[in-house]
Amino acid sequence: MHGLRLTAWAVLAFLMVPILVIIPLSFNAEPYFTFTEGMLSLDADAYSLEWYAEIFNNEKWLLAIKNSFFIGLCATIIATALGTFAAIGLSNPVMPFQRVLMAMLLSPMIVPLIITAAGMYFFYTQLGLSGTYLGVILAHAALGTPFVIITVNAALSGFDHSLMRASLGLGAPPIYTFFNVIMPLIRPGVISGALFAFVTSFDEVVVILFLAGPEQRTIPRQMFSGLREQINPTILAVAVLLVVISGLILLTIEYIRARGERIRSGEI
Amino acid sequence: MPQFDLTTNSNKVRSVLTVEEMAQSRKIQRRRKLIAFAFVTPLLVFVMIAFIAPIGTMLYRSIYNPTVAQLIPDTLEALSDWDESSDARPDDAVLNRFAVELRQLAIDRDSGKLAGEINSGLPGSSSVIKATGRKMKKMDPALLSSEGASLLIATKPQWQTVEIWRVIKKSGAIFTDSSYLTALDLDRNSDDEIVPRDTQVYIQLYLKSLKIALTITLLTALIGFPLSYYLATASPKTANTLMVFVLLPFWTSLLVRTTSWIALLQTNGVVNSVLQYLHAISEPIEMLYTEFATVIAMTHILLPFMILPLYSVMKGIDPSYLRAAMSLGAKPIPAFIRIYMPMTVPGLSAGALLVFIISIGYYITPALVGGTDGQMISNIIAFHMKSSNNWELAAALGSLLLALILLIYWIYDRLVGVSNIKLG
Repeated sequence: MHGLRLTAWAVLAFLMVPILVIIPLSFNAEPYFTFTEGMLSLDADAYSLEWYAEIFNNEKWLLAIKNSFFIGLCATIIATALGTFAAIGLSNPVMPFQRVLMAMLLSPMIVPLIITAAGMYFFYTQLGLSGTYLGVILAHAALGTPFVIITVNAALSGFDHSLMRASLGLGAPPIYTFFNVIMPLIRPGVISGALFAFVTSFDEVVVILFLAGPEQRTIPRQMFSGLREQINPTILAVAVLLVVISGLILLTIEYIRARGERIRSGEI
Repeated sequence: MPQFDLTTNSNKVRSVLTVEEMAQSRKIQRRRKLIAFAFVTPLLVFVMIAFIAPIGTMLYRSIYNPTVAQLIPDTLEALSDWDESSDARPDDAVLNRFAVELRQLAIDRDSGKLAGEINSGLPGSSSVIKATGRKMKKMDPALLSSEGASLLIATKPQWQTVEIWRVIKKSGAIFTDSSYLTALDLDRNSDDEIVPRDTQVYIQLYLKSLKIALTITLLTALIGFPLSYYLATASPKTANTLMVFVLLPFWTSLLVRTTSWIALLQTNGVVNSVLQYLHAISEPIEMLYTEFATVIAMTHILLPFMILPLYSVMKGIDPSYLRAAMSLGAKPIPAFIRIYMPMTVPGLSAGALLVFIISIGYYITPALVGGTDGQMISNIIAFHMKSSNNWELAAALGSLLLALILLIYWIYDRLVGVSNIKLG
């Protein structure tokens, strides 16, 4: 049992150390990716906030931050709306061709991004969509929909479709039925699906590399070229901010999950 | 027995349904199907346009190469009457028409495109075409249409040979399997037989990608298994707390994690510094920009995809099975291997499939930490898309990768069953 605990903690360290190590490095006063003598002896002068200031003084990073949130939010709205509706239809037992449709709608998740990106480059260029916000948003929305389908589908397991028919049969308009009968039951699934879709877009860089012009550069795209061209601790500062954002998303998801469990066990 | 009564009642009801009522019920059923379908339709249309059509375009591009056909349509039309198996070059009329077209290409600065296409079929012909193009540019088109043949041959003797005309005629085909042959390291010789190429490039790269993906899958399984087991057997409170350490990396951008590995593995990086401080090494080891860097960074990035399904399956396994086996006299290790391990197969295989499929098509991490040594098939696809502009080859390599992934998925479905997959 002792050996197991030791191994488990070693694996946890392997998972966490690479993420934690960039936090002190991002406060490096020197323009390197390494710990300096001064940092190791905890000399206050060896630490600085200049790389964080650099993010907010650099137009390229500011544009990238703006783009990441704008593209991410638009893609999330499209993916969540379409994915939620589709999941409701797919979970209905009378749905024809369920298996084939499911496989098709989940395929953006399985196809490697490089293939998706190359195909989108060919196709979107023909439509005049490469190098536009619309093109990037549509591409990211397509990549995000499988996650919405999966999470909403899970929330719908056990959903009684006759509730919907009952509401409609009693004279409620379809929109009222959707927001007041279906939505309260599947809200946790929709929210986690939306978060997944947002993170998918927020993280995505391969499609951006092929499809986006200089105006649509996002945070990961900016990091990618930074790591290839001139390595500079501003990237580490951005990375730390991204870890903070992931932490917040994780907290939100855990909160939704815990709340969902309490609702199911009847505590709320 | 109310339940029993209910069923007999409904049976009775069904038996007395009239024809109209049955038609009515079928109509309702059809309406329900239509409503369910209406919910799915918007996404279906969207995915068709935004995702399936692009993939289809890529598959199409892998066999569709109109470049030469668009550059020299007139010459190709004239060449269609020429028998390429004969030992004589096409007659002067064909050469004249080519000379006129080549002059126009040189003026439009497009002769380089033609040179590139023909050169891939006949190495060394690029300079012949470009040099002839420069010469033809200065000529009078009227003169070329009558004396083009002799002027071509006077510029470069290669225009006298049969080979270059064979290649030009072959490159003129709009639909071709030549990209697939190149992607599989095959070639057509002058007798139209398919033969292996002298330099094997892409098959090696596919094998290397498979090897790297397999290594990563094994590593994640090897280090993911003990952690998942520990989490599954720990108290719920400990497990929930420790799970954060698995989920935080899972939700963290892969670029952040790749950045971390650059900071860790570079020559003056954290790993080398620690090893030197411990006097384990005297000189820093070159770890970044190697295959090792690709493997370790990707193992770190994909580990949560192994742990999450494994943990969820292990949590559902009743520990009393193992206790029962041991109380019946089984030794702990054989009992663990023969009783516990088989029950983890759904989680283990789901994790392995996920990690393997994701890693075989990975692009970003190998591109940033792999150097020349740790490149995978995706990187060469990106190279042909962005740098060498050989889109047909990129599309063919991509289609083969897609076929490989579908094959793995199909084999997995036959062996384990995709519906057996359990996720978080």
